[in-house]
Amino acid sequence: MLTVENRPKRDGIILFSDYKAGSGIRRSVEMGRENVLFELRESKLKGRGGAGFSTATKWMLTAAASGEIKYIVCNADEGEPGTFKDKVLLTEYPDLVFDGMVVAGFTIGAKKGLVYLRGEYVYMLKSLERYLDRMRTYNLLGKNILGKEGFDFDIEIRLGAGAYVCGEETALIESLEGHRGEPRNRPPYPVNTGYMGCPTVVNNVETLASVPNILIKGGAWFAKHGTDKSTGSKLFSISGDCKKPGVYELPWGITIDEVLKIVEAENTKAVQVGGASGSCIPKKCFDRKLAYEDAATGGSIMIFNESRNMLNVLKNFMEFFVEESCGQCTPCRVGNVKLLEGIEMIENNEYTFRYINQLKDLCKTMQLASKCGLGQSSPNSFLSILENFKEEIFFKNGNGVYHG
Amino acid sequence: MDKKDKLRAPVSQQPLKVEKPADTNTIGGTISVQLNEKKVVVPFGTTILDACKENQIYIPTLCHHSDLCIAGNCRVCLVEVEGMRTLQTACSFPITSNIKIRTSTENVRKARRHVIDLLLSEHYGDCYACVRNNNCELQSLAKEYGVDSFTFGHIKEPKYEIDNSSPSVIRDMNKCVNCRRCVRTCIDLQEVGVLEAVGRGNETKITTFMDKPLADVICINCGQCINRCPTGALHANDPSDDIWRAIDDPTKHVVIQTAPSPRAAIAEEFGFPAGTSMTQELNTALRRIGFDKVFDTNFSADLTIMEEGTELLHRLKSKIVEKDDSVKLPQFTSCSPGWVKYIEHFYPDYLDHLSTAKSPQQMFGAVLKTFYAQEYWIDPKDIVTVAVMPCSAKKFECNRPEMNSSGFKDVDYGLTTRELAKMIREAGIHLPEMPKSGFDDPFGEASGAGLIFGATGGVMEAALRTAYELITGREVPFKDLKIEPCRGFEGVKKASVLLEGCKPDYSFLEGVELKFMVAHGTANAMTVMEMLKRGEIDDVHFIEIMGCPGGCIGGGGQPIPTSQEIRTKRAEAIYKEEEGLPIRKSHDNPHITYIYEKFFKEGPCSELSHKLLHTHYTKRGKYIV
Ligand SMILES: Cc1cc2nc3c(=O)[nH]c(=O)nc-3n(C[C@H](O)[C@H](O)[C@H](O)COP(=O)(O)O)c2cc1C
Ligand code: SF4
Ligand code: SF4
Ligand code: SF4
Ligand code: SF4
Ligand code: FES
Repeated sequence: MLTVENRPKRDGIILFSDYKAGSGIRRSVEMGRENVLFELRESKLKGRGGAGFSTATKWMLTAAASGEIKYIVCNADEGEPGTFKDKVLLTEYPDLVFDGMVVAGFTIGAKKGLVYLRGEYVYMLKSLERYLDRMRTYNLLGKNILGKEGFDFDIEIRLGAGAYVCGEETALIESLEGHRGEPRNRPPYPVNTGYMGCPTVVNNVETLASVPNILIKGGAWFAKHGTDKSTGSKLFSISGDCKKPGVYELPWGITIDEVLKIVEAENTKAVQVGGASGSCIPKKCFDRKLAYEDAATGGSIMIFNESRNMLNVLKNFMEFFVEESCGQCTPCRVGNVKLLEGIEMIENNEYTFRYINQLKDLCKTMQLASKCGLGQSSPNSFLSILENFKEEIFFKNGNGVYHG
Repeated sequence: MDKKDKLRAPVSQQPLKVEKPADTNTIGGTISVQLNEKKVVVPFGTTILDACKENQIYIPTLCHHSDLCIAGNCRVCLVEVEGMRTLQTACSFPITSNIKIRTSTENVRKARRHVIDLLLSEHYGDCYACVRNNNCELQSLAKEYGVDSFTFGHIKEPKYEIDNSSPSVIRDMNKCVNCRRCVRTCIDLQEVGVLEAVGRGNETKITTFMDKPLADVICINCGQCINRCPTGALHANDPSDDIWRAIDDPTKHVVIQTAPSPRAAIAEEFGFPAGTSMTQELNTALRRIGFDKVFDTNFSADLTIMEEGTELLHRLKSKIVEKDDSVKLPQFTSCSPGWVKYIEHFYPDYLDHLSTAKSPQQMFGAVLKTFYAQEYWIDPKDIVTVAVMPCSAKKFECNRPEMNSSGFKDVDYGLTTRELAKMIREAGIHLPEMPKSGFDDPFGEASGAGLIFGATGGVMEAALRTAYELITGREVPFKDLKIEPCRGFEGVKKASVLLEGCKPDYSFLEGVELKFMVAHGTANAMTVMEMLKRGEIDDVHFIEIMGCPGGCIGGGGQPIPTSQEIRTKRAEAIYKEEEGLPIRKSHDNPHITYIYEKFFKEGPCSELSHKLLHTHYTKRGKYIV
């Protein structure tokens, strides 16, 4: 029947395991909407795109929202530097992703699904389209799917505009509508007012890909993996100073130490969890767990060994945010520039601690007052690196001169 | 009818769609919230900002403007909503559950101050050398939050070149705070859309299509963006130095005409509430400044009515009697230069619908340099004509190359209300203390019909008063001459009067229902034009369109700030003043009768009047090469 071309052998508990294409959809039709939502709630699946919002709740809200037309949007913008897990899923497991979308459409009553594909992934467009065509032949897409009267759903792939912020769900919707990709005010939330003003579920590729197996093996089975608050497994994109970088499926709750062993990292000084907007964890805290409730991540793990200059690392992150801010709101547009200027002051030994503290204060404002997640999280690395590596940054870099 | 088919603004900037129950008395129609220490009940979906206003809690704002849809991008209006991880913007947050709001916590105060500090750090401008000194929202915020130093540094060099290409609007983006009010104004209110935010991060800037100078894009010069800019980043092209020079030159005879709307608004510049009319004080002030003569634009508004009304009757006659299909109806008014440029750009194929009558400003200029020059034995080359207008587009209009039918530039300078107020202050005059005085001969006082030109619907009302009486010999069948269907601020209005008992000359109009429409703001003009395109209003005879929301009282040269409330008060002032005038119909104005007899020799739309008082238009289209 429906097969996926060249699926390489990968080992994993949930995603990288055996799955028969279309079986998740069949199961959802058999069990009905309420039971899909029930299993999803049992599984305690949380969004894999970064924010970690309960998927069951998101779907329920959208299902309950008033409106004839609803949409499912698969967020495949994957813009976080050093992240490539969605790419792996889309090339090797499109069955999981698209089946997840169809199940979502069935559950909330949407007739249309949109994939917002990162511009750089245009090369996979053809094969994805081909796969969708085959789903149509097998009646896994189209009208009266699997013979169920009124179960109509189809998927369209759109190419992204190439900005990191377009991965933010409301900016993504703006971009889909043909506008400048800028985040919207919230409330109203996409579950009520999303694409074209209609109730919309925006889910990460991995979130959707987790759904079929939950239906087949049960929410309780899924919840057995991982920790109490972070159930199931997670794809981690591991990069940086290690021998075996790549995408790994690991259970939530694994410690950083354990991960470092798996990827054979040596002399590790720091691990940046959660990409540029995440936080930087120093050696003494490597016993921390990767989990929503501890060191949270949308998948990105970057490893830095002893040879790295942490101020440089931080500078790279801040340059990224200065570049990628959409420029809409004041705290993020100007704030990130001020933080970068602060880093340059430290580099040039022209800072005072008084001013650095003022910048830290500003970080708090940015976290509280920015319009979207980008500005709200861009100070994280500034705060965590300056805090965790202050010895190195202020006393080794600056010849140990203290500017009080 | 005033809702546009489709808003072009990005959804993020459109008004929130909160499903409000129609009736606040139904269950769920209102909601109770905790506002600081107080429990208050507000209609479902009210924004926190509005709820605070109702309850005398002041929330600072910058990107919010009551005329525009919500942006939520400056982040000044932050408040704390219990249970939410981040601070929320009061301007955008609709109250839909029993939330607890705190408006002055430590986090709130600190964050607001930070936002202001950040804005100031990249604001290049010196208050004492800025048109908006003392009327600038950024400056006020800095004061309210006690900013006494630049916490995060201060930009040393200007980043952008000043764009002074446009005769109407000058853009100094170094003072821009990226609130995007101008962008929203230009798209939402005016449907022009020449301003847009481009670039990302700190490189984001407000600019025109392809970064071209404003003069080279399809800006209609309405100045609505100026009126809503919180800072001095946008301001009008000020000719007052040239005017001073002319006044100081003893060989020049400098005359000034004042339009009705500036007179109803200029008092605001001197600290009076909106709706204070100071016409007669202004006359004295102008004489003290040094203008040789002070005239009333209402005189030429009366002229406009005579010309435009007669043109309409001619069109009706050609259409109905001569069955001439080349004659276009409905006829559009042409007094508003913003609207004229809009139709030239956006609907160039419909220019035949536009009345060929010049605007009152331009008619007056042409008359001053011909008739007036003759009567008073002044060489027209020595006459300098200044027009005080509520409008920035008037500056462009008087510079149109075709506006020289007198053999000279008909109007030398268009001066806005704001700029005149500045000249008055500069001359050391406190306007409200001036004794009252009238207008100069040979034009004297005009009719009230000209006065109401200032508010949307006014031209139509004035035209109907005259046309109806010309046709039937009777006054318009409205109590007190108040043609209510023309009044008010609905975006697009439509009404009709039945023509009965016509005079023999107009017997072809017997029983005709004269249909008319009124629209203001070019977004509403677009609605009308699209209706015309679809053939939905082919039966309408006459349409008044004003380029600015509210008509001239809301013009782009009027005192800042502006809001619906302020515009309503200005309109009220005009209507009130009009009620008390002895002459309220253009054709009853003795100066009008005089000029037609003495100077034009024949009636309206005759040879000389056509030469001096009518114009032609340019098919501009959307691309400027
Ligand atoms: C600046 C920014 C960039 C984001 N980029 C992505 C992205 O590339 N892919 C993604 O799935 N989610 C991204 N998100 C998160 C989305 O806004 C959203 O939370 C997510 O798509 C929801 O899906 P989930 O519930 O399945 O996680 C981003 C968020 C922010 C603030
Ligand atoms: S936080 Fe940054 S990216 Fe997000 S809306 Fe504001 S400026 Fe744009
Ligand atoms: S725009 Fe405002 S703050 Fe800036 S220089 Fe002008 S008055 Fe001062
Ligand atoms: S003057 Fe009018 S048309 Fe020109 S930019 Fe401003 S709002 Fe737009
Ligand atoms: S020009 Fe004025 S209105 Fe436009 S964004 Fe800048 S400050 Fe705001
Ligand atoms: S006034 Fe609310 S964000 Fe600007």
